[in-house]
Amino acid sequence: MTVELELKANEIRKDIVAMIAEAGSGHPGGSLSCTDIMTALYFGGIMKYDAQNPQMEDRDRFVMAKGHAAPALYATLAHAGFFPREELMTLRKLGTRLQGHPDMNLCPGVEVSTGSLGQGLSVCAGMCCGLRLQGSDASVFAILGDGETQEGQVWEAAMFAAHQKLDHLVAIVDHNHLQIDGNIADVCNPDDLGEKFAAFGWDVRRVDGHNMDAVVETLAAAKADHSGKPHVIIAETIKGKGVSFMENLASWHGSAPNAEQAAQALAELEEAGKVICNG
Amino acid sequence: MVKLATAEQAAQKKATRAAFGATLAELAAEGVPVCAVDADLTGSTTLKNFAKACPENADRLFNAGIAEQNMIDVAAGLSLTGNIAYTGSFAVFGTGRVYDQIRNTVCYGNLNVKIAPTHAGISVGPDGGTHQMLEDVALMRVLPNMKVLVPADYAAARAALRLAAVTPGPVYVRMGRATVPCVYADDVELELGKAYVLREGADVTIVANGVMINEAMKAADQLAEQGISAEVIDAFCVKPLDEETILASVKKTGCVVVCEEHSQYGGLCSAVSELLVQKNPAPCAFVAMKDRFGKSGEFTELMAYFEMDAAAIVKAVKNVMPA
Repeated sequence: MTVELELKANEIRKDIVAMIAEAGSGHPGGSLSCTDIMTALYFGGIMKYDAQNPQMEDRDRFVMAKGHAAPALYATLAHAGFFPREELMTLRKLGTRLQGHPDMNLCPGVEVSTGSLGQGLSVCAGMCCGLRLQGSDASVFAILGDGETQEGQVWEAAMFAAHQKLDHLVAIVDHNHLQIDGNIADVCNPDDLGEKFAAFGWDVRRVDGHNMDAVVETLAAAKADHSGKPHVIIAETIKGKGVSFMENLASWHGSAPNAEQAAQALAELEEAGKVICNG
Repeated sequence: MVKLATAEQAAQKKATRAAFGATLAELAAEGVPVCAVDADLTGSTTLKNFAKACPENADRLFNAGIAEQNMIDVAAGLSLTGNIAYTGSFAVFGTGRVYDQIRNTVCYGNLNVKIAPTHAGISVGPDGGTHQMLEDVALMRVLPNMKVLVPADYAAARAALRLAAVTPGPVYVRMGRATVPCVYADDVELELGKAYVLREGADVTIVANGVMINEAMKAADQLAEQGISAEVIDAFCVKPLDEETILASVKKTGCVVVCEEHSQYGGLCSAVSELLVQKNPAPCAFVAMKDRFGKSGEFTELMAYFEMDAAAIVKAVKNVMPA
């Protein structure tokens, strides 16, 4: 299972690089940092969904709160069967369903349009309230950027979700430590995010966001825990993970690789795939 | 002809906000899946009355605390799980403070969220300029997918809130704090995209909405005494605007006064001007807030002070009519 998931993540990374290169713009760094988490959610047996019936009533919901990681979402949804993989190459082009930031009314599998940071967690909280009114047992997952937690609304949502005891809510912070202007600790330091969420009354878990077994296990445990607290998983990640020249560089937050760089990135990922296969 | 208040009904004075909680309770009792999210103002917005009506309703009212951004997006989430979600708070916080939430989540997603704050305009009175929202119609009107309703009285507010429930996607319903005389029959129904001729006339068209309807009707009475026949139209639906009704009236009268309890920029004055300039240019005057903030004072004092009362309308009519 682990090897399969790691290979799947590696394939998704290739698509992310290829689609952003084809588009000529986009956000590779933060897409590659959350790829393993996306893979675990959609292929690790965590989320209940039906790609043939995206509006299935009792599905679990996923919200990409950090909407600029749209390529990671699109590539994952394509691999999950929500739409053909070839469509990934239409990213950001006129007429595409794959807008620069996710559009719920265009792209199958996108639950809510995101792009303006700080709003996704509130929407998830509202979804949890609505699902509870219906008597549904569905869970709601969100991936937030660590820089996104600088938005005050995230903490409004944190307070509300704990007050409402939304224990079907699982937020994952993609803690890659970088935002456009540099290291989050230098730009405006949110400090220990786990302690902050704990202070707001959340169940806090920490995980290496690139250790597939650990990610799957942590997500499963958080999903199964209905003891009255919303869950946050602080996932330690590497921005640009999997592409040597992108890793840990804020400059790859929002710039596309050129053809040569894309070829190098894809060659590295090809090699990484062989390493995974050979154990 | 739309149903107007009987003499007995017209003698009552009620605030538009008072319709909020009561109408949601009525809709819930009819089986409509309404929810509401407020931000620590459930007494002022009257949403408390929705929750009090029955225990099921109490579960369907969410208090975000003093956190309006979260309020809007929680409503978005509720709408995404099959509910018709209304948001409260005061107009100044429930639109301006949360503009990005309304734009990027509610309107961009075309979600079934009804932005329905109270305490709009200078009729808020003594709380002063920080609380007298005079730019909300402008903010909401320019948003794609948003429909904008500005009801004149309690019955119209009830009708607007009910209309919002059956209108897919985002709707803005603007309500006020002040008690105003009833214009419409208690059970009036209003249609999206319709304006209503409340009084027929031949010399000038007065297009108004909200609390200005009452002033416009008073002005029309005063003008009649002076031999001027004013047609009064309630453009409660600022967007989509009833072009047909307004153009038909202006073709007949040849001149227009637009009245609203809002900045003269961006709201009904602008909507009517945009229509006229493109389809039927005609002399036009505004009775609305000039380019400034409000200030503390009682509602009626402020209406006179800012030249937004019946007397101001009479003056504007005389200026706009051919000599």
